[in-house]
Amino acid sequence: MTQSLLEVSDLSVRFHSRGTIVDAVKNVSWRLDRGETLAILGESGSGKSVSAAAVMGLIDIPPGEIVSGRIIFGGENILNLPLAAREEINGKRIAMIFQDTLAALNPVYTVGHQITESMTAHGVERGEAKRRAVGLINRVGIAEPERRFNDYPHQFSGGQRQRIMIAAAIAMEPDVLIADEPTSALDVTVQAGILKLLKKLQAENGMGILMITHDIGVASEVADKVAVMSQGEVVEQGDIRSVLDAPRHPYTQRLLEAVPGRRGYLQTGATAGDLLLEVKGLSKFYDLTSGLLKTATGRKIRALDDVSLSLSKGEVLGIVGESGSGKSTLVNALLGLIEPTAGEVLFRGQSMLLEDQTAMRALRRRIQVVFQDPTASLNPRMSVARIISEPWAIHDSVLPRGQWPGRVAELLEQVGLSPDHAARYPHQFSGGQRQRIAIARALALQPEVIICDEAVSALDVSIQAQIIELLKDLKRQHGLSYLFIAHDLPVVRDFADRTIVMQSGQVVESGRTQDVFERPQHPYTQNLLASRPKEERHRGRALETLK
Amino acid sequence: MGRYFRQRTLQSALSLFGLIVLVFFLARLTGNPADLLLPVDTPQSVRDEFSARHGFDQPMIVQFGRYLIELTQLDMGYSLRDGHPALDHVLAAFPTTLLLSFWAMLISLTIAIVTGSIAAWRPGGLFDRIASLISLAGASVPNFWIAIVGVLIFAVWYRVLPTSGTGTPLHWVLPVAVLFIRPCGVLTQVVRSSMIAALSAPYTKTARARGVRTRTVIFGHALRNAMLPVVTVAGDQAAGMINGAVIAETIFGFPGVGRLLIDSIMFRDFAVIQAAVMVTAIAIFFLNIGIDIIYAILDPRVRHG
Repeated sequence: MTQSLLEVSDLSVRFHSRGTIVDAVKNVSWRLDRGETLAILGESGSGKSVSAAAVMGLIDIPPGEIVSGRIIFGGENILNLPLAAREEINGKRIAMIFQDTLAALNPVYTVGHQITESMTAHGVERGEAKRRAVGLINRVGIAEPERRFNDYPHQFSGGQRQRIMIAAAIAMEPDVLIADEPTSALDVTVQAGILKLLKKLQAENGMGILMITHDIGVASEVADKVAVMSQGEVVEQGDIRSVLDAPRHPYTQRLLEAVPGRRGYLQTGATAGDLLLEVKGLSKFYDLTSGLLKTATGRKIRALDDVSLSLSKGEVLGIVGESGSGKSTLVNALLGLIEPTAGEVLFRGQSMLLEDQTAMRALRRRIQVVFQDPTASLNPRMSVARIISEPWAIHDSVLPRGQWPGRVAELLEQVGLSPDHAARYPHQFSGGQRQRIAIARALALQPEVIICDEAVSALDVSIQAQIIELLKDLKRQHGLSYLFIAHDLPVVRDFADRTIVMQSGQVVESGRTQDVFERPQHPYTQNLLASRPKEERHRGRALETLK
Repeated sequence: MGRYFRQRTLQSALSLFGLIVLVFFLARLTGNPADLLLPVDTPQSVRDEFSARHGFDQPMIVQFGRYLIELTQLDMGYSLRDGHPALDHVLAAFPTTLLLSFWAMLISLTIAIVTGSIAAWRPGGLFDRIASLISLAGASVPNFWIAIVGVLIFAVWYRVLPTSGTGTPLHWVLPVAVLFIRPCGVLTQVVRSSMIAALSAPYTKTARARGVRTRTVIFGHALRNAMLPVVTVAGDQAAGMINGAVIAETIFGFPGVGRLLIDSIMFRDFAVIQAAVMVTAIAIFFLNIGIDIIYAILDPRVRHG
């Protein structure tokens, strides 16, 4: 057997924290060859990033501890190397890029400095390094490299920052590139560009890529091999196609089962139910101001531009768009958190933009919201019981105080939690459970419409699938309607009856979900759908053919 | 930059006007200077003449109007005690206070950056625990207590340091100590916590992944970011030096603005009080502009924001 480029064998890492020991990875082995891409696939907490961190020597010891194992690179076990020798390898022969590009680039240095630094750290003379850095910025597809060299990270978009990180990483032509969730924070069209760039660079210099991801679509797009991790262990590994097409381990099977975009479209289509929510010509403009007195410059940002939509009883309306498309502004306007510049919001034919506070409040009750990040949207100092009963304290006519505990217990059961969870606090729950609490809170006022603002976007796929199931159940039981806002297309495809696509504050396409996904009319929608990793497209189509 | 400077000047001018109003009327609440400056048995006619000469017999609002008019001509009035221009008194005392504060700040910052950084390197370690304890004590101890204990130990018991005057470098030791200990304690804690955050920040990890030498990671990447909150707090502390200077200069007989201020208050020497407050406020205004400029140099996000 020939020697691999990078080989991790039998690696176990644990972390000590306040007397407890967490075994982050247990006897993990994988190997990466030249010109090859290995995806390490796993959900949060699976330990997928830990072996990569060990390769880079980024595990702080203590609290970390490498219990056993070897990492063989260039014929030697790099776990045993002294710091100076490690610094020699890092960035030069093995390079790494990270997920959160804004945090991972130093805000106080120019991007040029940071790319240059990855060369000067390895003995390249400064002038030469600068010259090469400009070439690298160009190579990763950023226009005007000489000018952008002196810009700071915050002056770039997320996708461009990831390109800058890649430029710094490939500066020394490394043998191995480790990419830790490089596209998870990016919009789908931007993600497609980054993945394409990585493949192009790999074809040019034959580096091995280790792709750490939670996204099966991304893995299938770029990887040759995959190692599936769960709870610190590699449960299954092998050729990507064989693992994805014929998973052997139950965990992989469950994971693939949970992936959205594989079910048929909801065939309810145009519902005959009553019209609940109607939005007509809703606009929100922000004036650009300048100077001490904030005088208007006459220029406006059109966050929402003449948006109209309607939602009937028992219907799910998907709203799809990338960052900056106006989705959040729409939610805020619907919730009455911002005042629209123009337009109407009608609930059962009654205007929601009333002057009368009491009447307004009564209407507001009918529309509740579940936000993306349950950690941020649940007050950490309130018990679950208080969180769920808080709406009753505000809308005091809904439920007499004596009945609160009983109703909290009922709601918890409805969302799949246990009544004795009421006394606990949010931090004692997992992300998925917290989202269930947020849903219970939304249900407390017996709303007719629930706005799900990226409500499942932060969750792992298996949890995501469970929450969607819950939303479906609740819809059946209570005849709820959902405004389902997401940037993740497959989820919308599975769940929404109708879909509207937003771009730059405008609705560019709307129709039955199936029509939007299969016969997109607007070029933007077409581009959005084409940017999805091919796995999603592949599976979607396969399923349609089956039917 | 020009626009920024105009905005800041405008904002500060408004605050300064508020300050002028406040000081002018508060000072006059203490009573008529004639009662203090003239002998007890001075006949009423002489008192009245004294008041008339200095305009104290006028309605308050007229006095204030006159003061404002004089101020526009950069005339801050004359000392009641010796008839010299008030501004001259203040400008003569100011360099001493400035130098005192400069040394105190320099020593505070140096000690704080070194100690805080080392403590942040191994949070919870022995050095960190000792440094945290001492800096907490330093930040909590009142100035006057340090002054009194300092005098007791070094001047009374061991007789190694003088207690008043400015003659030799040794004269500066106790006053500087009184001024620097508190800011030093506060700053050490700020450096420590912002350095701990910077050392575990993702960009520090990225730099390590690039193979950047540990020393460059600490001093180039982490420390520069960690300095941002430190600059802000150091600015506050420097502005607060005037409080400490009042105590230190009074106790150690130091001819600075702090002592001048206290003496003038004691004698109801209104013109000098007003001038001292004015000059100090203007100095703090420039200090704040300096801090903003340093901040903008350190953080490009502020520069482009």
